[in-house]
Amino acid sequence: MSDLDQFRQTVHAWLEENCPPAMRTPITREEQVWAGKNKVFPNQDAKLWFERMRDKGWTAPEWPAELGGGGLDERQAKVLRDEMKRLGCRTPLFDLGIWMLGPAVLEYGTEEQRQQHIPSIVRGDVRWCQGYSEPGAGSDLASLQTRAEDHGDHFLVNGAKIWTTNADKADWIFCLVRTDPDAKKQEGISFLLIDMDNPGVSTTPIELISGESEFCQTFFDNVKVPKANLIGELNKGWSVAKSLLKHERKLMAEIGGDTPGPSFSPVQAGIEYVGLDSSGKLRDHGLREQLVSHEMAYRAIGLTHFRSFEERMNGVADNNVPLIMKYVGTEESKRKEEVLMAILGQRALGWYDDEFNADELLTNRGWLFSKALSIAGGTSEVQLNIIAKRVLGLPT
Amino acid sequence: MTLVLNEEQRLLKDTAKDFISRVMPVSALRTLRDQKDALGYKREHWQQMVELGWASMVLPEAYDGLDFGYMGLGAVIEESGRTLAASPLFSTVVLGSTIIIEGGSEEQKSALLPGIAAGEISLALALEEKPHHQTTGFATTAVADGDDFIIQGKKVFVLDGHSADQLIVATTMESGIGLFIVDASASGIDRRRHHLIDSRNTATIEFKQVRVNKSSLIGDAVQGQNILNTAMDYGRICLAAEMLGAAKECFERTVAYLKERDQFGVKIGSFQALQHRAAKMYIELELSKSVVLDALSAIDDKRADLPQLASLAKASLNDVFELVTNEAVQMHGGIGVTDELDIGFFLKRSRVATQILGDSSFHRDRYASLCGY
Ligand SMILES: Cc1cc2nc3c(=O)[nH]c(=O)nc-3n(C[C@H](O)[C@H](O)[C@H](O)COP(=O)(O)OP(=O)(O)OC[C@H]3O[C@@H](n4cnc5c(N)ncnc54)[C@H](O)[C@@H]3O)c2cc1C
Repeated sequence: MSDLDQFRQTVHAWLEENCPPAMRTPITREEQVWAGKNKVFPNQDAKLWFERMRDKGWTAPEWPAELGGGGLDERQAKVLRDEMKRLGCRTPLFDLGIWMLGPAVLEYGTEEQRQQHIPSIVRGDVRWCQGYSEPGAGSDLASLQTRAEDHGDHFLVNGAKIWTTNADKADWIFCLVRTDPDAKKQEGISFLLIDMDNPGVSTTPIELISGESEFCQTFFDNVKVPKANLIGELNKGWSVAKSLLKHERKLMAEIGGDTPGPSFSPVQAGIEYVGLDSSGKLRDHGLREQLVSHEMAYRAIGLTHFRSFEERMNGVADNNVPLIMKYVGTEESKRKEEVLMAILGQRALGWYDDEFNADELLTNRGWLFSKALSIAGGTSEVQLNIIAKRVLGLPT
Repeated sequence: MTLVLNEEQRLLKDTAKDFISRVMPVSALRTLRDQKDALGYKREHWQQMVELGWASMVLPEAYDGLDFGYMGLGAVIEESGRTLAASPLFSTVVLGSTIIIEGGSEEQKSALLPGIAAGEISLALALEEKPHHQTTGFATTAVADGDDFIIQGKKVFVLDGHSADQLIVATTMESGIGLFIVDASASGIDRRRHHLIDSRNTATIEFKQVRVNKSSLIGDAVQGQNILNTAMDYGRICLAAEMLGAAKECFERTVAYLKERDQFGVKIGSFQALQHRAAKMYIELELSKSVVLDALSAIDDKRADLPQLASLAKASLNDVFELVTNEAVQMHGGIGVTDELDIGFFLKRSRVATQILGDSSFHRDRYASLCGY
């Protein structure tokens, strides 16, 4: 048996033993465990599951073991992900620190910065949020205006960020700030970590179409930030930002992950809500056509994820393939939600109402949420620009 | 399951690319068309392909085959798609020999397979009878008459049908589907070649009371449908590989044009309206590539979900080939609709290839049914 097969068996056995049965059911939004100083656990099982995974470093399986991570290589990490998926294990910890900031600190941070932040991210001690966008700087991120002035031992930060997801619940924020107003757009930007407890930091929530208010505006009013919180070189924050965006896009491309949604697949929903005719076909042939188009695309995307992984493992990676995944993943997720809405018909339209069951109510929340996917982390249009220029080499 | 080619397969692909671009560029097909060539492909090209081992690649070693697998053959076929190269590879090796390998008797195998491997025997599958792909319920019949069968019916859209040495005919028999191997020169067979838009070979073949010995039945009527299904699925997957190569080539030519053509004082490739459409084509091609590789590897691994993958691959490539060829013509502007430019050859081939072994709506319907809805 190969080492990897051996590893798979060990992982499988460990998960069987340590993942409580209640943690193997589809997760709801309320049950997600988010990192933070004041973590909230929906129940004892969630706490147990989180602690066990944390102690193995498997909240961040690929990070160095000496910094608290799991120390797994890419193949092993995939085995872990696959086995978790197979058993239906929930993601034990949710945090932008794990998904986005951590990899950037590992790549660009100093030894002190790694020691300070990486272990605490693995343990989920700090909840992070992302301060990139500003009212005047969205797709054109490099035109951001939030200023950080050099005051000897610290920066003085002034400005406003927008669309900062969960800023009101976060402990720390990673920010792009302008440190040289005279330099060209991309060249005067730095990457700064800011403790939200600092005096002068404030947030206000923004309500979304899904009825939730994950978004905030975040204001900085003469906020003092120690210089030790600068990641990477001064005025070179753009490269850190881009590297981090790569991780964000990869994350967003992983369709069908652990995001909460109705418990049925589109096909199951079709059979239940539309029904089959005497020849075993979905009764509404238009809907059937939509459904099969989606299912085919979905399978093609899954295969492309796998191909890209295999190409990397075999040293024949086409580095362009990952660039398409954010676009296809999010666009197809939107299509899936449209198909589900159509399949459920009126049953998908309830807002707050006992008449509708939980799956039905989740369907329209999922549909509304999906609209954000092709905007967050770089819009679909911007992804297409990137492919046209970087992959196809089309002229500007 | 693997979605990357191994060292050997990559080498094979490079060799194929080199050979095909050198020996059989699109201009070779253009010449065949312009000269109204009677055979429809060049015999010496086919011989060279045979010498490269392509005809024997998926045949069992016991019959002079190389047993190299479909990942390898698919890579070759993909490259042949880049220049729309005309040869009997698909009809003889993919469709024909699969039926013999899957259902043939020992005698049939040893009579035919070594000849196929050596490029001495070509086959054609006489399947379709209607304007749309048909997999069962044939009007062509085979009726027992003593030790013989009498075949009666008319087949259309038979790929390489006018030039094949042996025909495999799908018929309705009392107890199922009968696949017969018939010498193309047998009496009662009337073949008419057609010149289709893609300049490749098809024929209408009439079987008028053709008498064959029962030894020419492949397998039996109970297995007939399964054998045929397997061959059709292999065919769909390999054809998808060819379409992938053709679509890629057509796309690359178009991107090159976007970089070279000036209008309004800039390269047309700088227009976002065109950039986004080009990026979407690229995305679709990448997805198709994964689908084709998975389907080819599913043949080699004899995976149970092969029918689904065959339908997925064929539907995907029908759609992407149509998209890419339409966009290619549009993005080339006026020159795109001239015969002088090769783009039109790709456009025409795409529509023929779509009809072979099922269009997208056929395969979406099939995929949904296979998935239980
Ligand atoms: C769910 C969600 C969570 C988010 N979380 C965060 C967060 O935590 N932190 C944070 O900093 N930001 C966050 N964002 C913000 C996100 O990064 C921006 O919304 C995004 O970059 C788009 O910017 P914008 O909203 O200003 O739109 P705009 O840039 O104004 O774009 C408007 C429209 O114009 C199009 N457009 C713009 N430029 C071009 C171009 N060059 N070519 C073609 N079309 C173009 C866009 O594609 C879009 O359709 C989040 C967004 C969402 C939806």
